This record gives sequence, structure tokens and C-alpha cells, in this order.
Amino acid sequence: MLALAWIVGIGLCLVAAAIVIYMGVRGIQYLRPDLIFSHPQVSASQAGSGGFLDPLLGTLILTAIGIIVAVPIAICAAIWIVEYGRPSWLARIVESSIEVVAGTPDIVIALFGLAVFQLGFFAPLSFTSEGGGVYGQSFVIAGIMMSLLALPPVFAATRDGLQTVPTHMREAAYALGKTKITTIRRVLLPRVRSHVGTGVTLGMSRIFGDTAIVLLLAGGTARIETQGSVPGINILRGTGSSLTTYVYGNSPAGEGAAPQKAYAAAFVLLVFVLLLNLAVERIGRRSAQDAGQHLGQGVV
Amino acid sequence: MLERLRRPWPDTRAERLLGGVSLLVAVGIVAMVAFVAVEAWPIFQHNGLGWLLPGSGLEGEVSNMTAAGNNAPAAVFTLHAWPIVYGTLLTSGIAVVLGIVISVLASVFIVEIAHARLKRVMIPVIRLLASVPSVIYGLIGILVVVPFVGTHLITTPERVSVENVVQLTGEGLGVAALILTLMITPIMVALISEALMTVPPTWKEGAVALGLNPLRAVRAVHLKAIRPAIAAAVVLAGARAVGEAIMIQMVSGGKFFAPKPIDGLTFLYEPLRTLASTIVDFHDGIGAPPLRATLYAFALLLLFSALALSVMGYLVKLPLRRYQTRG
Repeated sequence: MLALAWIVGIGLCLVAAAIVIYMGVRGIQYLRPDLIFSHPQVSASQAGSGGFLDPLLGTLILTAIGIIVAVPIAICAAIWIVEYGRPSWLARIVESSIEVVAGTPDIVIALFGLAVFQLGFFAPLSFTSEGGGVYGQSFVIAGIMMSLLALPPVFAATRDGLQTVPTHMREAAYALGKTKITTIRRVLLPRVRSHVGTGVTLGMSRIFGDTAIVLLLAGGTARIETQGSVPGINILRGTGSSLTTYVYGNSPAGEGAAPQKAYAAAFVLLVFVLLLNLAVERIGRRSAQDAGQHLGQGVV
Repeated sequence: MLERLRRPWPDTRAERLLGGVSLLVAVGIVAMVAFVAVEAWPIFQHNGLGWLLPGSGLEGEVSNMTAAGNNAPAAVFTLHAWPIVYGTLLTSGIAVVLGIVISVLASVFIVEIAHARLKRVMIPVIRLLASVPSVIYGLIGILVVVPFVGTHLITTPERVSVENVVQLTGEGLGVAALILTLMITPIMVALISEALMTVPPTWKEGAVALGLNPLRAVRAVHLKAIRPAIAAAVVLAGARAVGEAIMIQMVSGGKFFAPKPIDGLTFLYEPLRTLASTIVDFHDGIGAPPLRATLYAFALLLLFSALALSVMGYLVKLPLRRYQTRG
């Protein structure tokens, strides 16, 4: 068994190294700076079909919307569960439902988004066709569904952080005459800032790497197409794509037969995700040094 | 009025607000199940639960659905989706079984065997593997692994043996299950190694004092002690494996075919589809009502299997409570 364990352990390291090195080699081979900064264009040949600026912007927009929607809800839920949590059956239901969200496949979340946002009530949020059919696809809709992906990591991190705050801090605040909500706002939340940061970064990396939701809900146009005339809002209501769907579309599985572009975009995606990972470790290590406590992350 | 909002809130109002937001999440989940179930209803109405069973040509049924318009006759709603369900069970089953073996070995390696410098390397490696997006796994699969399998591993007699039914191109069960194993291993390694680290060191010392050598001690003591964690890892990884859509769609060949174990080794090279990959394949046609109901029925099945896995994990952990190292 010793030999097997060594083989498996070293084997995993080799596989991970192989993936990173291979993607790195291919990425450097095919990535040119003008790819990152030029828009995709319709063209018969690969040389003219432009880069992936729009998909890159699409990823950033979706991540922003997802985090903005998810973080307040997750923090409120975590505070309520840890600090209040009455009646207890309701607390159990809320915790279980967040676990259900964490375990739901992203394609099911995408279909759920389609089902909800194709109701006529939500027509202002996306494209409508002339016959009155609501498409149910836009950046804001995809972003809202992405927030379901980011919700469990932020919730879990905040809850764990709040649970590690020692009771005597709360009691000291109450002894000074603070109400519960003020204690939360002024004492506890600043303490768990790094935990929230870790959770947010984990949520961001989940959103970055997701393809299915973008494929179904963001409209699938190569460029960012705006809808309506209010600046800013028209992008939110508009359609586009993300780096992940760009990679998917350019691979042999999608329509495009442009593996070079796919490799280049995949390299950029991998670099982003690795940077986010590094950020998580940095935040964890720095806060552990500051507070002298172990963030309790274990291996992952 | 703004002044009233800016004064410190009474605790009851804050509690109700926070509780309301939390309730929103729970309501959202119920809404998710409800919406998916309502959209999937036509399939259940027409087929009952029989749409899970094998039956006449799934390929034909799906193309009928795609071609039908808004007022499709009831017969178009017939569905026998067993090949897809079988494909899901196959890929996820193989991936979870392989993954557990690999993860337990890797976790034991990281926690017990590796010295400190190697441990410092392995932990970031696992984190890296866990955070790679599935589309990159799919890209490497379809651009590197599939051509390798197609040109070097599949032999001509194997191709000929199934050529009336299906083409062997390298995309298929083997590659899909292999990459799926690689995708779910980091989750399991994280859970299992965390559990291994919480086993009290005195237990191992006791076993060694009784004469076991350290590795035997790990097998005898630790692996039994972390059984709840292994159950949790199986559940989490199983849910992830069942729901993986994009990577499987890229490397599994996209045919409504149920790979036959009778074929021997060729079995691993046969193409298939899973529930999630079919949803990705046909998401363009979601306008057609029969196809829409079918895709939502698949989604409902995926949702229920994720829920069922959680419940099973909880039930499996119950009798193991007395072995838990932390209360």
C-alpha cells in the first residue's frame, strides 16, 4: 500500500503539472496581446476573426453582478443563522437549502433561470421578440443565476468566521451597552472581513469557471450587444458571451474550429483562476497571522 | 424619516429583516424545484415514470420533438430515455469508485507519508486541480486525450466489431470517466485529508504500541475512523459527477447509445450521452414544447439525484456517529 500511495501522490502532482505546463505552452504559443484587446469579428478566415475582448468583458461583468447580488444575501443569512437562528427548524431549513444550492448542477440552475425569466413579468430584463415571446437571456439574468453559485462559499466562509469569534468579544460589547445589531455591525463583521474575502474570492473563481449558465442565459452573441438606450443598463439587458463559452465555442465541440484561439482564451482563463486561488491563500495566511488564529481551511 | 432609519435599529426589526433575507434563500430553492417540475410536467403526464425505461429509438423520439412545432400531437411526447440515464450512471459510477480509491491513497500519502516539504507542494497542487474550470478539462480532453485514444489505443478489429452500430473515434466512456475522476478527486482528497488530520494522534500511538507498523495502523485505525468523511466525500463527489455537463459533452461522443459491457474492452471506447450533456446538446431547441419538457424532466431528475445523494449521505453517517472523533 505504501508503494501505491506514493504512486498516486506523485501521479497527481505530475498530472497537475502536466495540465498547467501544457496549457502554458499552448497559451504562450497562441496568445498574442492583440487577441486580448480586440473585438471578435465575423470573418471567413481565422486571421480576421479578431480576439476575445468582448468575452473577457462579459466574464468580468457577470462576475461583478454575481458577487454584488450574492454577497449581501449570503452575509445576512450567515449572520442570522449564527447570531439569531430562531426558530431552530427554520435555521435548519435555511442551512439545508444553501447546501442544496451548493450541490445543484450548474445546468439545472441555468434551466431554472430560463424558466423563471421567460415569464412575461420579467420582459424588461431581456430581449423580447416581436411576437411577444420573452427570450429570458441577458447579462443581468445570467448574473443573478451566477450569484446562486457564489452564495454557498460566501455563506460558509462568513458563518465559519462568525463562529470562530470568541464569545467574550460579544459579551464585552453587550457589557458596554451595545445592542445586538450594533455589535454585529461594528464588532463582528470587521473581525470576519478576511473570511468574507476568502469566500468572495472562492465564489468569484466558481463564477469565472462556469460555462453552462453563460451558455444558456447570456444570449451567445460573440460581441456584447446592447438592448435599449439607457447607457449602462443597456449592457445589463444585453447579450454576450464569456471566456468560458468562447473557449467552448472555438473547440471542436462548438461550431468554430479554432483550437488556437481556444487555447489562448483558456490560458487567460487559467491564469485568472490561478491568481484568484493565490489571492485566497494570501488572504487566509495574512489574516491568520493578524489574528493568531487558524482559518480552518484544511487542504482546500 | 431618513433620520429614523439611521438611528440604531431595534433588535427585533433587525432579526426580522435578516430572517426574511435568509427565508428568501429557502423560498428560492423551493421555487427552483417547483419551476423545473412544472416545466417538466408534460413528459410525466404522457409517460408517467416510464420515460426512464428503455424503449424504441431515443434518437427518433428526440428528432420528432425537435421537429414538432407549438401544437405537437400527444404522441410526440413519448420518451424512453434509458440510454441517457444509463450513461449518467456509468460515468458517475466509474468516476466515483475510481475516485474514492485514488483519493484515499492520496490523502493517506499527504497526511501520513509525505514529509513536510512534499506536503507543502501537494496541498497547492490539490487546490489547483480543484479550481481548474471544467471547460479547460474538456478542452484538454478533446484536443489531447481523445486523439491519443483514437489513434493509439483503439485497434482496427475493435472498430470493425462495432462498425454497424457506432463509430469509435476516441470520444467515449473511457475518456469521459477518466477526466471526470480527475475532476472529482480534489474535492474528495480535501475532505478526507481534513478528516485524517482530526484523528487524535494517540489512537495511532496506541495501535503502534500494540505492535502494528505505522502504515498498518493507519489502515486499521484511521480509515475506519474517517468513514463518515468518506461517506460525505462520496456524496459530494457523486453530486458533482452527476451534474457535470460541459466536460462530458465535449468528450463523450454525443450519441444516444448505451455502451455494452459485453463488448469487452471496446465498451470503454463507445460513445454515450448523459443527462446533463444532453441538456447542453439540445439547449438551442428549447423553444419546442416537447423538447423543452424533456430537458426539464432531465433537470428534475438531476435535481432529485443531488437531493437523494445528500439524504443518503446523511443516512449513511447516522450509524457511524459513534466513530466520530469530534462530537
